[in-house]
Amino acid sequence: MENENTAVKAPLEGIEKQATEELIDKTLELYPEKARKKRAPHMSANDPGVEGCTVKSNRKTVPGVMSARGCAYAGAKGVVWGPIRDMTHISHGPVGCGYYSWGTRRNLVEGHQGVDVFSAMQFTSDFQEKDVVYGGDKKLAKICTEVRELFPLAKGISVLSECPVGLIGDDINAVAKKSSSDLGIPVIPCNCEGFRGVSQSLGHHISNDSIRDYVIGTYEFKDEPTDYDIALIGDYNIGGDAWASKKILEELGLNVKAIWTGDGQIEHIAATHQVKLNLIHCYRSMNYMAKVMEERYGIPWMEFNFFGPTKIAASLRAIAARFDQKIQDNAEKIIEKYTPMMQAVIDEYRPRLEGKRALLFVGGLRPRHTIGAYEDLGLEIVGTGYEFAHNDDYDRTYEEMAKGTLIFDDASEIELETWAKEYKVDLVGSGVKEKYVFQKAGIPFRQMHSWDYSGPYHGYDGFPIFARDIDMAINSPTWGLVKAPF
Amino acid sequence: MAKKMRQLAIYGKGGIGKSTTTQNTVAGLASLGKKVMIIGCDPKADSTRLMLHAKAQETVMDKVRELGTVEDLELEDVLRSGYGDVKCVESGGPEPGVGCAGRGVITAINFLEEEGAYTPDLDFVFYDVLGDVVCGGFAMPIRENKAQEIYIVVSGEMMAMYAANNICKGIVKYASSGSVRLGGLICNSRNTDKEAELIEALAAKLGTQMIHFVPRDNQVQRAELRRMTVIEYSPDHPQADEYRELARKISENEMLVVPTPLTMDELEDLLLEFGIIEEDDEEIIGKAESA
Repeated sequence: MENENTAVKAPLEGIEKQATEELIDKTLELYPEKARKKRAPHMSANDPGVEGCTVKSNRKTVPGVMSARGCAYAGAKGVVWGPIRDMTHISHGPVGCGYYSWGTRRNLVEGHQGVDVFSAMQFTSDFQEKDVVYGGDKKLAKICTEVRELFPLAKGISVLSECPVGLIGDDINAVAKKSSSDLGIPVIPCNCEGFRGVSQSLGHHISNDSIRDYVIGTYEFKDEPTDYDIALIGDYNIGGDAWASKKILEELGLNVKAIWTGDGQIEHIAATHQVKLNLIHCYRSMNYMAKVMEERYGIPWMEFNFFGPTKIAASLRAIAARFDQKIQDNAEKIIEKYTPMMQAVIDEYRPRLEGKRALLFVGGLRPRHTIGAYEDLGLEIVGTGYEFAHNDDYDRTYEEMAKGTLIFDDASEIELETWAKEYKVDLVGSGVKEKYVFQKAGIPFRQMHSWDYSGPYHGYDGFPIFARDIDMAINSPTWGLVKAPF
Repeated sequence: MAKKMRQLAIYGKGGIGKSTTTQNTVAGLASLGKKVMIIGCDPKADSTRLMLHAKAQETVMDKVRELGTVEDLELEDVLRSGYGDVKCVESGGPEPGVGCAGRGVITAINFLEEEGAYTPDLDFVFYDVLGDVVCGGFAMPIRENKAQEIYIVVSGEMMAMYAANNICKGIVKYASSGSVRLGGLICNSRNTDKEAELIEALAAKLGTQMIHFVPRDNQVQRAELRRMTVIEYSPDHPQADEYRELARKISENEMLVVPTPLTMDELEDLLLEFGIIEEDDEEIIGKAESA
């Protein structure tokens, strides 16, 4: 099982580069000429031997097509800041952005609401006409003061700009600075107006910049540092993922000093400049700060993958190789301990899933990171694509996919429908906006942003749940019982 | 010790001669061997034409509109080098009546910061800002970590002085939350009566100085017809000396204050004192000519 990781992927039966290219042409024919020309560079038949990036990414969505993308504010609030549990997060602007991003991601937290956790609450400056005309800065300062009075145990406040704030030019940075000194807690401005950039990806970047400018290095861990101190970067604890990953890393003998930002604590994040190694789960959303910490504090970073036993074992060995013999021995012990358990999972589900075909379309990491877990269960990924990835993500994807498979960027509804139908896929793994399109077509679907209200899927804890969920989706008898009324 | 880059913003009533004064002053600084960048913060984009001998420089927002997003823009697309190696950028923006010009300024300045336009070799960065600070976008140049010094171009005309006083009110707001200060009034003469004395008196009431009195001279217009500064067009002309003197004074200026804006009554008293306006005759207010 472990050796599968090294070589070029074996080709999938019936998947040929030329046939995929023909499918791409056929898909593009659905578009008028201008849209066709714009969409063409965003999809390609995989050929890992060919140099350079072959799929164009991080470009503006073609107007008129259905896009699953979010905005910079969504990336900042939903992804980076929202999971930090011991702060309050103020959505600065009209009420809608804050309201509709309230509790929509399944980033789980531990603790007591109102005491050391504030993530079930929603704070907004609820802009009215007068705030647009006269500016919202005074109101923002007042909210910061009120939040401090109402929730004295909150360890910080983030201020997340909505679109109008960028237009009227409210200087949230100046308000944050003054409030921070008046209130005695960090007040962190994040200029993440939704209209900035082409997707939520810029919101991640802007949030990383806010952490760089206002957070990192502002706190020190109380404990004596050790050689085994690490941080887990870019795991947002969807369905408890970060806890499952943390468990393995601790079993390995490492101290997980901070998680960015799943179940996150602002002081731990602020003190991360003291760790010895940063482990990057979601490269897309947090590589910026990993690189800043490397440049500024000399902290090395590495990517890893805890989806499915094959990838977990390879990652454990790669992580352990950065440490001493004790840790390396631990890695082997862990692999030895869990392999039979994981094999039992595979033995149970693989016979029912062998050769089933899946099409993936998720955010910025999972389209490549989850492939190993599907493959451990015998599934074949015939196509994979990202909502908001950049070129460096695609560079990391080609080798994970078999030659001739379809790789795509910012797909539209019509494209996904066409591909699911042509490939006769047994499963689509994508987001809530796609879910009902495929379920109505009678194609099994899993919502792979929130793990469809399940999870965790990371680590040894997650794989049995992942296997159960995939089996449940594909082999459910439901589809056979549904009769079309026409 | 690394030298410190000074960032200056030029404000003043529309049409007062901000862009002309800024470019001539910058040309003066460049002739003193200083490294300067001009950032035009006005949708009209006429802040760099005398440096570049161009009708209009291609602006940041022009390129953003063409490319679709600011992320696709490169610094070399919008940064030009003009007279005296002065770096020139125009933020640009929409035609009057549509969109949001203020956001154009914010976008442009953010872009320049992210792309590293503020290189350490610069001695001065000048922001030439549209007439009135009508929204937060036009205050962007005086936010923290940007311009610390403001110079207001003014003349002895009543409306120019009103505008200068209003700008000072804005500076007070930003000075209280940041480090921005007023460096002085630049009198761009319109040959009104007792003009220098009046602006000196206004400056004193505002707690600042009239840093220089630039006399009116048609040589400025002759140079402009060739899209040049006086300093480049006719370096030996007395008007060129005036701009070099203004450049020297700004270069050496240490008088940076939080201004004390006047109330409307105080401003009117000052104008009365200098005979710019006359005492209101309450008897005639609201009465038509035929009445």
